[in-house]
Formats: sequence, structure tokens, C-alpha cells
Amino acid sequence: MIHLERRRAASRFWTLAVPVVAVLATMLAGAGLFAALGKPPAEALRMIFWDPLLGPNAEYFRGQLLVKAGPLILIACGLAVGFRAGIWNIGAEGQYIVGALSGAAVALALWPAESPLIFPTMVLAGALGGWAWAMIPAFLKTRFGTSEILVSLMLVYVAQNLLAYMAFGPMKNPQGFGFPGSRNLQQYPSAHNAELIAGSGLHWGVVAALLAVIGTHLLMSRHLLGFRIRVAGEAPRAARFAGVSPARLIRFCLGLSGALAGVAGMFEVAGPSGQITDSFNANYGFTAIIVAFLGRLNPWGILAAGLLMALTYIGGDLAQLMLGLPAAAIQAFQGMLLFFLLAFDLLTQYRIRWKGART
Amino acid sequence: MSRAVPPLLRLSGLSKSYPGVRANDDISFDIAPGEVHALLGENGAGKSTLVKMIYGLVAPDAGRMELSGAPFAPPEPRAARAAGVGMVFQHFSLFEALNVAENVALGMDDAPPMRQLARAIREVSETYGLPLDPNRTVGDLSAGERQRVEIIRCLLAGPRLLIMDEPTSVLTPQEVNILFKTLRQLSAEGTAILYISHKLEEIRSLCDTATILRGGKVVGTTDPRARTARELAEMMVGAELRSPARPATAPGPALLEARALSLAPGTAFGPALKGVGFTLHEGEVLGIGGVAGNGQEELLATLSGERPSGPGTLWLGGQDISGLGPNERRALGILGAPEERLGHAAAPDLSLTENALLTGTVRRPLVRRGFIDRRAARAFAEEVIRDFDVRTPGPEVAARALSGGNLQKFVIGREVLQAPRVLVVNQPTWGVDAAAAAAIRQALLDLTGQGAGVIVISQDLEELMEIADRFCALNDGRLSAPRPMAGLTLDEIGLMLGGAHGMHPPDAGPDTGRDTGPDAGPHGLGAASRGAR
Repeated sequence: MIHLERRRAASRFWTLAVPVVAVLATMLAGAGLFAALGKPPAEALRMIFWDPLLGPNAEYFRGQLLVKAGPLILIACGLAVGFRAGIWNIGAEGQYIVGALSGAAVALALWPAESPLIFPTMVLAGALGGWAWAMIPAFLKTRFGTSEILVSLMLVYVAQNLLAYMAFGPMKNPQGFGFPGSRNLQQYPSAHNAELIAGSGLHWGVVAALLAVIGTHLLMSRHLLGFRIRVAGEAPRAARFAGVSPARLIRFCLGLSGALAGVAGMFEVAGPSGQITDSFNANYGFTAIIVAFLGRLNPWGILAAGLLMALTYIGGDLAQLMLGLPAAAIQAFQGMLLFFLLAFDLLTQYRIRWKGART
Repeated sequence: MSRAVPPLLRLSGLSKSYPGVRANDDISFDIAPGEVHALLGENGAGKSTLVKMIYGLVAPDAGRMELSGAPFAPPEPRAARAAGVGMVFQHFSLFEALNVAENVALGMDDAPPMRQLARAIREVSETYGLPLDPNRTVGDLSAGERQRVEIIRCLLAGPRLLIMDEPTSVLTPQEVNILFKTLRQLSAEGTAILYISHKLEEIRSLCDTATILRGGKVVGTTDPRARTARELAEMMVGAELRSPARPATAPGPALLEARALSLAPGTAFGPALKGVGFTLHEGEVLGIGGVAGNGQEELLATLSGERPSGPGTLWLGGQDISGLGPNERRALGILGAPEERLGHAAAPDLSLTENALLTGTVRRPLVRRGFIDRRAARAFAEEVIRDFDVRTPGPEVAARALSGGNLQKFVIGREVLQAPRVLVVNQPTWGVDAAAAAAIRQALLDLTGQGAGVIVISQDLEELMEIADRFCALNDGRLSAPRPMAGLTLDEIGLMLGGAHGMHPPDAGPDTGRDTGPDAGPHGLGAASRGAR
């Protein structure tokens, strides 16, 4: 019989080891999955984890790595702050979309004027858009006690429809020969979020992600506010005793994660994506949840997890292309990562005892 | 007890170790049928571990147990219950939204049909003088009545040995008397009782034998009636006890004043505060007695600012502070220590340093421009640990790794060292051993010597008699008018507390008993307690 015994204190070893074990278990289970699909498992794993970094044509993929990891890290940092407080923003995808729409709206409204102020204004608009979208669940929760999980999640679908409406309607490129989608911001110098070093994938969004990592680190481990956020997550009553207002905390956490997701969306639409289309969003908002947990809600962990997740994205695409793996298999592979992480997480709080029958 | 009677339960050489602790070390003693056997010891002496082994929750590393001469090694509580061992825990495990019978059924291994069970509950409750209506919702019951649910659940199984862990900590003196009558009746019928308590007077009035544990070992077995409470306490602690010394000060001017303070209940089954009024003076201890669950938590929450009351209801030296939050009140010098240590007064998984930060940032320079000064926080935690003799390997240990008494010392120390003007504490020595309790009470008295006002909310009436200058009772959310502590007897206090719940037949509603009170005054216990002072 297997028995679980609660540890007196969380195991330091397992806290660090769990992500590694989870990645290994995912590789193993993934290999089984790929084999069951009739694809060579070793080759698939090599394509996912190795080729984008060090394989042939890796210099192209390496740039992609930062492009994909940037928004994941940026969003996950904001989410992690809320998750630490026990505030579950599941709707970062929606905030990402609305942030992109807000940023693009500024650019499209000012087109074709050129000014160095346009890009900063777009960043601000993106943050504001994501923030406002996240304030909807915050308001409903503090005023009516609704679940922020459900409201924020459902607002993703609202945002997706808003995105489609914008792409086909108000934001459609008047010179686009009837094709859906907005003007391409890559061709609008004042609004373009261009690569800072050509071929590196490093754009302002990646810089923002790094700043978010450092900022989150300072907030969570040095600042009184971060301390209170942690207390609120671990012992809500103790937090109230310490003078933390739950409503203010909800507004701060949802607002911060919304703003960061919005900024991420704005950098994406002004840079790598270039235009608002109905399929502009790429599930970054959802994947960032996995990234946040994979990184143990710790900003430096998130930095590593974001890069790893980006790798599976790029490698997954490569495996789809080269081996004909179905897209669903790659998604299942990424999902397994979170699954194994949460499963092995048990080991940080509990130890497993094998108990035989006693006489 | 005659030597000829074979023991009901014999423990020989029981030992149990946890990493770093020898919780039980070679424990041997006998319990005879019908004997009321006290298990005495400070926190961490190993009482819980021992009874957990008897009840099948923990397996001993070494040693053996015999029940009526047959080897007894219950692998789980179910087996212990089947062998005739019942246990009433200190913390009840009851569902508030279910009724009494349903709760009893949930705790039974094979419950009979509800109607039959309700009849059985009525019968047992009548036989043993424990009035309880099987159809009442547990959420509406007093702590004493809830305990009866647990006791009756055990009695339905017809136990030969009943283990009771700190059963009186939640009872009024009158309820204690009802319980003791039941226990004596059970004992007369041959049921042995293993009785764990800190309250030495109770043990002296109830128990035939006392086994005293210290540091996991048996340090003595004695007839508690032949000893004074002080002697028993000193056997437990292994050192001489000091009674708190009160600094001789006259109460000063009014400090904190509550005027018709009312508060809506926080939860469906929680009590409300109804027109509470009092004045706290500088240099005095205002004792607020009453059974937990009558508004004690709410009173602390509203005084600390967690749940602010309506405007004009709370005044500090002429300033209306009703609307201020906890930290604004801390800035004014109003500090508090809630009853629940883990989760309310302290965050379980945070270190002691971080827990020092929890309330210490307002009055101590632990934060600079919003950023935490780790070194200062650590120094503050170390100061609390040193001044209040908190037993811990260091300030980086998680709060939940500390024993209850040590954490309580930390929590009280954290507030006391912030030099409060008003300190409000709820159950300051609940579950704390005698030496630590004395230290905490001394610290509270020392504060009044420095001119602070202290409000002690406690259900330990002996504690209030020891340190309070004035006494009021909080019952059903109403606070009685304060009376000077000197001259009040335990009986009078019991009546101020609104009398005993359930001194009346179960059909009489819960409210009829509150105002009239019992006509039969308590005996034995009250006299014994006063005799010890």
C-alpha cells in the first residue's frame, strides 16, 4: 500500500527537482505517444529539444526562440504574481488580444503620421487595454463575489470574437483588396516593433519580458507588497490581520497580469505578427499558465520555463513538418508537461511511504 | 484500586521517535477498569503521541500494549474502536450544516437507520445526563453541546476505555460539572477513562490516578487528590513555578472606549456582536470571559480593524477610530493577537522572520521605502525569540514547525515588543504549557505596568482571575457590564456567562437557558479552584 505522509516543511530538494523530473517524464511519455502514432520517438524528441538549438538551420530557429519566449515570459510573470496570492487569472489570452487591439488601434488611427511618440503611446494603450479587460473580472469579483476563473476565461471568447469583428470590420485594411486583416504595422516605421539586433529575435517585447522578470523578482522577494501577496496566498486570514485589503489585492493582481498580457499582445502585433487578423492570437495566454507553474511561480524559473516552452513550440512545428506529427500530438505533449509537473509537485509537500501489511 | 483487579489496559515500554525527537520513551503504566486516569504533561511531553498509539493512529516503534490481558496493537482507529477504545478529540470533527444524528452516523463504522439511531442517541443522552436533541443542527449548538455529540458517538459503541483530550477547554464551569457527573457515572459502571488536561484542579477533583510525562518519559505516578495543584505543576515542569507578579499601579485615564458596537455575523453560523460597550483604562487588564464562539473572534476582529464597525462606535482618546484598518490602528498603538495561531496570527509556511514582518512593519523600522529590510526583520524575530524564550532552531524555521505553545509565545512576544498602547489578545494561553502560560501572563501584566491597557479574551476563568482587574462576560454577542475581579467567585462568573447551556431538557429552546441560568450552583470544582489561589 502506498501512503502519503505530510512533510513538516516543504522539501527544498523536490522544489527544485520537480520541474526537471517533470520534463524527463514528459519526454518519456511523449516518446511513447509518438511511437504509438508510428513515428520514430527518438527522432521526434531530438527535433523538439535539440534541432532548434543546435541542429541544421538552427540560426533561424534561435531567433524564433526569443520571439516565442518573450510573450510567454511577460505574461507568465504577471500571472505568477496573482497565482501567488491565490487569484486565478485564466484569461490572459483575452487580455493579450485586447492589448493587441488597443495598441494597433492607436497605430491605425495615427497612420501614416510619423513620430517617435507613437510607439510608446501604443505600449501604453496595450497595457491599458489588457488592464481594462482584466478589471472586468476584478470588478465582478469584488462587487458580486463572482469567480475570477470563470469570468476571465469566458472573456477570452468574447475577446476572440471582438478580434474577428475588428479584423473583418473596423480595422480591416482599406487597401487590402478585400482580404481580412489590418494594415501591416511592420510597414509603418513609427509603429513597428522591429528587431533590435537583426536575426536575433530580440525585440522590445523581449526586453520588456526581461524587465518583467527583474521587476517581479524585486516585487516578490524584496518589496512589502510582494510579501503581502505571498501571505494572502498562503494564509488569507493572516493577510487580512496584517492589513491587506482583499479587494485591493484582487484589483492589483488582476490589473498587473492584465496589463502585462496586454503589453505582450501589443508587442506581438506591432512586431512578429505585424497585423490584426482573426487568427492573430496563438494561445500564448494559456501556455503562459503552464510556464508560470513550470517556473514554480518564480520569475527566474519562469525565464527558464518560457525558453523551454518556446523550444517545444518551435521543435513541435519542426516535428510536425518533418515527421508529419499531428498538431494535437504536440499540444498533448505540452499539456503533459503541466500534468506531470502538478503530479510530481505532490512530492514537495508529501513523502511516499510503502507500507506492507502489518502483523 | 486493589492490586487483585487485572488491568484493563497495560502499556509496557512504549517508545516512538520522530526525526529529531523521542516523543515517547519507554512508557509503562496500567489503567484499571473503571479508573479515571489522568495523563499530565506540558506541551510536547508526549501525551498526544501516547494516546494516538492507543487509539491506533500511530504505531509504536517498540513496546507492547495489552487490553484485558490480550495483546493489543490496533493498526487503525477502527480496530481500536472495535476493541472498545473510544476517543473524544480536543478539536471536534463535526459538520455544522448537518444535524446531530447525521453527524453521529457519519462517525460510526456501521450506522443503523436514522430513526433507530435518533432513539439510541436520546436513550444514551438521558442515561448519562447529557441533554441533546438528535434533530438539532450542529451549527446551532454550543461548544459544550458539540462535545456531547462526540461523547455520545463514542458511548454508542459501548467503550471500555474512553480517551478524552482536553475536554473542558471549551466548557463553562456549569458544563464542566455536567460532564464530570457523566464521567463519574461511566467510571462507576466500569468504563475506564484516560483524561488529558492542563487544568490541575479538574484532575484533582476527577481522577483516581495521574501519570505525569515529561520529555516523553514517565516521571511519576501519583494520586492527584493527595497533591496540591502546585505540586502537580512542578512535577510536570520539573522546576519551581513562579506566579505572575503584578506591578502595583492604579488604573489611569480612559484609553479605548466601545460604544454600542454591533457587528453582523461573518458566517452563517457565526455570532453577531450586539451593542457591545466598555471602557479600557491605562494600566489595567480587562478580562472578557465566555465560551469561544459567542463573539470572541468577532470582538478581536473588530478591535484589530479587520472587520471595522460602524462610525462612532470605537474611540481612542477622543478620536473615532471605528473606520480605520488594521495598520492604521497599529500606527496608533492598538495591537492584537488572534486566537487561531496558525493561519490567522501567523502564516504557517512562512518563516518566523517573515511572520515577524506580518504585523511588525508599522511600529518597527523593518521596511525602507517599501522594500523589506531583511536584516532588521531577522533581528526583530530574534529579539522575540530571545525575550520570550521561543524554542526554535532559528528565525528561518517555518511557523508550522513550532509547537503550539512556542508559536503562541512568538505571536504574543511579537506584539508585546512593539510597545502597544492597547493590546487585545484572544485565548492567550490556550493549549500552552504551565511555564509558558505564566511567562505570557507576566508579559501582559508588565505591559500594564508601562501604562498600556490590555484586553484579555479568554475562556480560562482561572487565568482571568489571576490577571484581570475587571471582568465582563461575552455571551451570544452581548457583553455584560464589567465588575471588579477582586471578590468575584467562580460561581458568580459562571452565572454572568449566562449559565450553562443544556441544563434544561433538550426541547426547551436554546435561549431559555441563557437568561435564567441554573438554580443549582456548581460545587466541588469552584471551591477547589478557589482553594488553590
